[in-house]
This record gives sequence, structure tokens and C-alpha cells, in this order.
Amino acid sequence: MAKFQSLKEAVAENLRDGDTVAFEGFTHLIPHAAAHEVIRQGIKDLTLIRMTPDIIYDQLIGMGLARKVVFSYAGNPGVGLLRRMRDAIENKWPRAIETVEHSHAAMANAYEAGAAGLPCAVFRGYRGAGLKDVNPAIKNVVCPFTGEELAAVPAHRPDVTFIHAQRASRRGDILIEGIVGVQKEAVLAAKRAIVTVEEIVEDFDDLHPNLCVLPHWTVTAVVEVPGGAHPSYTHGYYSRDNASYLEWDKISADRDLFTQWMQKNVLDVGPDVFAARVKGL
Amino acid sequence: MRDFTPNEMMTIAASRALSNDDVCFVGIGAPSAACNVARLTHAPDITLIYESGTIGTAPEVLPLSIGDGELCETALTTVSVPEMFRYWLQGGRISIGFLGAAQLDRFGNINTTVIGDYHHPKVRLPGGGGAPEIATSCKEVFITMKQATRGMVEKIDFYTSFGHGEGGDHRKRLGIDTKGPTLLITDLALWKPDPETKEFTVVSLHPGVTREQVQETCGWKVRFAQDMDETPAPTELELTTLRDLQARTEQAHGGKRGV
Repeated sequence: MAKFQSLKEAVAENLRDGDTVAFEGFTHLIPHAAAHEVIRQGIKDLTLIRMTPDIIYDQLIGMGLARKVVFSYAGNPGVGLLRRMRDAIENKWPRAIETVEHSHAAMANAYEAGAAGLPCAVFRGYRGAGLKDVNPAIKNVVCPFTGEELAAVPAHRPDVTFIHAQRASRRGDILIEGIVGVQKEAVLAAKRAIVTVEEIVEDFDDLHPNLCVLPHWTVTAVVEVPGGAHPSYTHGYYSRDNASYLEWDKISADRDLFTQWMQKNVLDVGPDVFAARVKGL
Repeated sequence: MRDFTPNEMMTIAASRALSNDDVCFVGIGAPSAACNVARLTHAPDITLIYESGTIGTAPEVLPLSIGDGELCETALTTVSVPEMFRYWLQGGRISIGFLGAAQLDRFGNINTTVIGDYHHPKVRLPGGGGAPEIATSCKEVFITMKQATRGMVEKIDFYTSFGHGEGGDHRKRLGIDTKGPTLLITDLALWKPDPETKEFTVVSLHPGVTREQVQETCGWKVRFAQDMDETPAPTELELTTLRDLQARTEQAHGGKRGV
């Protein structure tokens, strides 16, 4: 049953040191405010799952909170590389991280398998690809009916999934519109799910019948954080702040600059700053 | 005819390879401009699909990321990412996968994962994203990249996505029944795989380009087809369409060209 609470309480009650956690949102609806709260609380030794780690995982990794990262595209979309993640992989700064690398198809299938309660995902993939030689979690299985060789990867079963969405109803049902990504699967695969939303509305009575709605009983906590996806975007509310993505390339290039930026823009503030960041976007 | 740059020639030559009936999975990087020029010129009904789940998208400006809001707003429909990879890509609905490359070899194998050893990389690149399965599940694959010896190499450091492997029937031996790379479009030439060896062979030089220039910017010994063509120069319409698209894109993204 969804509990309405502050972001501070939702994170403190649900995420522990050493947990496996997924923050999802495919370019759209990335839960930045929630990731910043995790950084403020210094919850560490996390195994981070995310298809495209992008800025939020660059920040979690750069702050030394990640032990392991499971991913399929370690880039700053449209800009370039993830410099904090690279520094951790190449130079072990601020700590060494373990990486488990997949393709997007494998990650999407693994979330779906998790949501479906299966132990693994089976799909036609990785043929001729080098990842299966360096990632022992990629196996082959043979179809018992046709004999076709297929790829298998373990299902994702995060302890906690964080997502950002457009709206929640007073009951805690969640509406996701636009590029829906892999969020429904990531929530249903997780033991606990925390959802930040742009706004809370009375009910969903006037919605189209086939929209992506997660019932309140699939969600652990709901938090209203206007602007909570910034610099990602929320379809129908504000656009992607492309300038911030470009700026991140410079901030993340330097350890000191990064540390200062995190202090000023994450550690010293709270989730209430996000609303102002999306004004005019 | 106005002057044009090698990059413009590359984008326009790539756009010409696409047809109205194609269902094209658009990869990150250079492919997106080519696909949208095709849509805005000779292939208005082409279906462009981005891995964010947008099917039949028609953006006014090039997206900065593969999940920009405009891709969804202008799409016929938007599906979830698992559905995109399972039903549409793995299900065999895509005719052409269009990929860029950081490192490429003569058989169309692509590396966008690491430079150096995987476990102790000299440079950690972003990785494959959707590419490993785009390369094997689409009916055929087009690749586009700027020629440079550090990009077009004798041996790639990592097989992010499989082209023709060691050449010949290597795809078939791995149980892959799609065609794989059938066309490479660079800023200097068009390349097609040899029917037998599957090695990329230059079939057409862009206007003003010499064999020497192609060889100087390629890390392997280049094979040229016996009957080589010259790529027709961009038409006024193609060039205007590309430049307008890029100008709109730069204005929309504050100086950034988009992908």
C-alpha cells in the first residue's frame, strides 16, 4: 500500500547499505531528486542497476556510494562519456567498482523476467558479441522444442526501484505517459518501489483506459517532488535541460570541480530546489 | 551546384540508401541525420524507430538524445523498451539497422566498448546499448562513419556488435540468418561487402576523392571494385534539406548539432 511521505523518510525507510537498487527512466523521467536524496543520506556499497547509467550514476559513483554497476550503455546521452564512472573504472577513484555489462535487449528482458517472477530471461541475443566472453552472467540455453540456441541472463530483482512519474492519485496510483521506458517492469521486479511525481491529483477517473498506470498496491512510497526529473524531462510538464547535460561534461571532468558542485547543488540543498530548476523549460 | 563538405556528402549518400518502404532502427550518432534527410526528401513514408520505443517518428529537429520528447510527440505510437526489443527488433520487424562506430574492421565488426583490454581498458567507451542485437536481428545493417586510421582498424579491440566476423559464412556458422552489414557510407566513399569474402570493398568514390585519400585514412589495405562509380554530388534539394535541418537543430539545442 502506497505511503505518502517525504523523500527523506521514503529513502531512509526503504534503502539500506549494500542494497541492489534500480533507478530507471529512459532519457525521460529520470529520478534525479531521489538519487540526490540517496547521496545526502550517504547510503553506500550499493549495487546499481540501470540501462543507461548517465548523470545520476556518475554522481553516485563519484561520491563513492557504488560497489557494483549493472548497465548497458555508460554514456551521457547526446554528449559523450561518463567521466566519473570512467575514473572509477580506469583509476579506482574514489573507489574501485565492479561492472557487469549487458546489451539493452538483455537489460530490458531481465527487468521483464523480474516482473514476471521468472529466475531468468531468455532471448535471441549476443550472437557473435564480445560481452558474453567477459560477463559470466550471460549463458546459452537450448530451446527444448526447436533446438535453437538462445541467450539467457538472470532476472533483475532489485531490493528497491526508484522512478519518477507525472502524477499520483490521492490513493497512490501512478500515471506514466510519453516514453514509458522500462519503469513498469522495474517497479514490478522490485521488492520495494519509491515513486516521485510532479503532482498529486484527486483521482484518475478521466484518464484514457489504456494508459500506463501502476496500482497503488504495487508501490511502497509516493513523494511529490515537482521538477524531480531535472535535468531529464517530464512529458507534459517541462523539457529536457540539454544545457545541463552539456555542462555536466565539464563538471565531471575534474575531481575537485565535481566535489564542489556536489556539495553546493546536492549535499547542501533539499528536494525542494528542483521546482525552481525547471521553471522556463 | 553549391560547395559541400565531406560530412554533408556522407549524410546525403547515406540518406539515399534508404527507401520509402524501410522500417529503420536508428542508432545513436551520425545515422539519425541521414535517416531524417531521407524522410524529408525521397522517402516521406519511411518508418523511423528509436530504441526509446518511438515508432514512426518524424522530428522537426534532430534529437540530442535517443529519448527526446519530440520523438514521442511526433511518433505514430510509443511502446515500452522491453516491447521494442522483444516484439519489434527480435520479432524481425525491422528492415534496416543503422549504426555508427568508434572502431570498425574490414568485415563490419564494430567496437564501441573499450580501447585496450576489456578488464583494464585504456579508454572506457560508452558500450553497446542496443547495438549487439540491432546488428543481428535487423534484416540488414548500414554503417556510417568518418574515415580515420584510428577508427578503421586492422583489428578491433572488442566485438561490441558482430558484422561478418572473420568473413565468409561466419554469420551463418553462428546461427545468424540476417544479412548483417551490407553498406558502409563514409565521408569519402561507399563500400559494400564482397559477395564471397564479405570484406568491405569500395564501390563508389565521392566527387573529387582519390583512391589514395581512401587508403590514407583507413587502417587496412583497401580493396577497390573493378567497376567503381562516382557518387553523384548532393542535389540542391538534398543539401538545402540537410542544412535547414541542422540549422533548426542548432537553434533548438543551443548550438548543439544533435544526433
